[in-house]
Amino acid sequence: MEKFTTLTGIAAPLMLENVDTDVITPMELMVTYGFGRHVGRIAFAPLRYIKTEHDGPDFILHQPTENPEFVLNQEPFRQARILLAGTNFGCGSSREMAVWAIARMGYRCLIAPSFGQIFFNNCFKNGVLPIVLPRPVVEDFAELARSGGVEAQFTVDLNAGEIVSPAGEKIAFAVEPTRREALLEGLDEIGLTLQRESEIADFQQRDRQERPWVYAVARE
Amino acid sequence: MPSGQTLFDKIWNRHLVANLGPGVDLLHVDRHLIHEGGGPAFRSLAKKGYTVRNPELTFATADHAVSTVPGRMDDTTERSLQWVPALRAGCAQAGIRFFDLNDAEQGIVHVIGPELGLTLPGLLLVCGDSHTCTHGALGALAWGIGSSELEHVLATQTIIQHRPKTMRITCDGALGRGVQPKDLILSIISTIGAAAGSGYAVEFAGAAIRALSMEGRMTLCNMAIELGAKFGQVAPDDTTLEYVAGRPFAPHGEVWDAAVVDWKMLASDAQATFDAEIPIDASLIAPQISWGTSPEHTVSIDGLVPDPAQAATDEARKSMQAALQYVDLQPGTRLEGLRIDRVFIGSCTNSRISDLRAAAGIVKGQRVAAHVTAWVVPGSQAVKRQAEAEGLDQVFRQAGVAWREPGCSLCVAWNGESVAPGERCVSTSNRNFVGRQGPQSRTHLASPAMAAAAAITGQITDARKL
Ligand code: SF4
Repeated sequence: MEKFTTLTGIAAPLMLENVDTDVITPMELMVTYGFGRHVGRIAFAPLRYIKTEHDGPDFILHQPTENPEFVLNQEPFRQARILLAGTNFGCGSSREMAVWAIARMGYRCLIAPSFGQIFFNNCFKNGVLPIVLPRPVVEDFAELARSGGVEAQFTVDLNAGEIVSPAGEKIAFAVEPTRREALLEGLDEIGLTLQRESEIADFQQRDRQERPWVYAVARE
Repeated sequence: MPSGQTLFDKIWNRHLVANLGPGVDLLHVDRHLIHEGGGPAFRSLAKKGYTVRNPELTFATADHAVSTVPGRMDDTTERSLQWVPALRAGCAQAGIRFFDLNDAEQGIVHVIGPELGLTLPGLLLVCGDSHTCTHGALGALAWGIGSSELEHVLATQTIIQHRPKTMRITCDGALGRGVQPKDLILSIISTIGAAAGSGYAVEFAGAAIRALSMEGRMTLCNMAIELGAKFGQVAPDDTTLEYVAGRPFAPHGEVWDAAVVDWKMLASDAQATFDAEIPIDASLIAPQISWGTSPEHTVSIDGLVPDPAQAATDEARKSMQAALQYVDLQPGTRLEGLRIDRVFIGSCTNSRISDLRAAAGIVKGQRVAAHVTAWVVPGSQAVKRQAEAEGLDQVFRQAGVAWREPGCSLCVAWNGESVAPGERCVSTSNRNFVGRQGPQSRTHLASPAMAAAAAITGQITDARKL
């Protein structure tokens, strides 16, 4: 997994509530294009593109018409690597592709008042840092991003647990320590857990005695 | 023994393999369920050099990508062909039991888990699907995971989790005549909001919950995720035990007796405290219908499309405006009487036998409106067999409702089945998101009775009036 330490850049303000994973990665498009190379192009498709009458089902592969009203299509936000989002961002399904798509678009850090919980978890598994901050703070950031253009540089420092806003203000954020460490080090969680194999084996051995019904499932 | 523990805490603590840091634990996974979306995990694991640790604790089925057309096979659709054989092969290689396309046990993963007795009270169960919270209805600790976590579970039979806060939603009073469990959960979501449960594990309690059947509880817990909560639970009671007893994979004999003793201790202690408490008066709830693109965009059947100008925040106003544009509705419109094109009765929310009975009760002896296409997609082969034994399939067919094979179907535009652009669909599924039922589809979430009523009249209708 790619490490995350610090990131400096402009931030794109996508301040809508309840942006769900079906908007971030529409199932229909995902299964058409696969989850690999094109997943970044799929991201936010219903908001990002205008489908014209001439477009076939694979229109996304052929320079689709962009919706100029959509903030992520506008300059300077096309260059942003930080995304400012509304309440409950990434709610909905467990599809990890939603994170892959956002990462492929270039975003490594997401800041919102709250996140869909499975999406939030999935971010950490993919080197993307989701930060929860109070709504007024995120709204302030959005205002700074809109008015400041390319000048509005934010710095996110995971080590220090701090964001420096374009106004020079320092805002602390909390990331649960194990997740923070995993991101800073780019750790392989499966490998780490397997180092605890004896603990897992002990648990199962004890548990088989206490709860035999958990393990007696081999009905043919 | 520490007193004052919640149902959630008791099950969590029971599964602790190791503490990894403040609030973060490595937990044992008792049951792991997978569907087509899990197929790619096998290759990914192999590439990293890992193997499946406990294949006997994972069970798989095909639901998301399958066609539901009668007589369907792997190659009925390209979509199905792309996904089903890959999952079958992965399972065969790993030694995982796979309930194949037309096997007697096949069905939507959240329908067959409880139905087969794979889901039991007190178990820790995960699945790469957000509606895994459904299984909490039996008093299991169950939640949806992402694909990285899925690989972790396959390789280690454990999962790393951050302990959430706890919330109890206490529903007192009795549901009124013609008001279904779906109405209860939709009403809760619209009242407290789609993000209200974010960061919480929810326990549903109170007289109205105790009075629900297991299937009703599953409908309720299924939509905990639409409250933002990964977990939704109901404490096991006699209704639960009656439901589980005799299921194919459930314990029997002495093991059953021991299990029952264990399960009876799971309920939250009287002194247990929750981080949040929400009271709901179930007797005030009317049949519900959603109008927008979030399950919180829901009103009672006599309600009007709300005005974004009244929204509490700027953010909410913008979201409401976008939703209204998408669904092509004006503020102040009455929902009752709105013309519809499609009806979908199915999904892991409402495709069980009691749901089909409720829908059949409405359509019996009637005809589907001429301009409406209506489908019933039973949640599993077992539900389908039971419905056919009761003659429900005939009731639907005679009314002009299509009777299909088990799968996710129109709940998700993954399987080649979709609602056409611009069409308005009354659906018993759980998400009315933009594009969920197909690009530009418009979804109105409702109970099976309400969906059946809409099929007959061709418009959004108060099922109590039929
Ligand atoms: S029926 Fe719908 S919500 Fe349920 S598992 Fe299938 S796709 Fe997911």
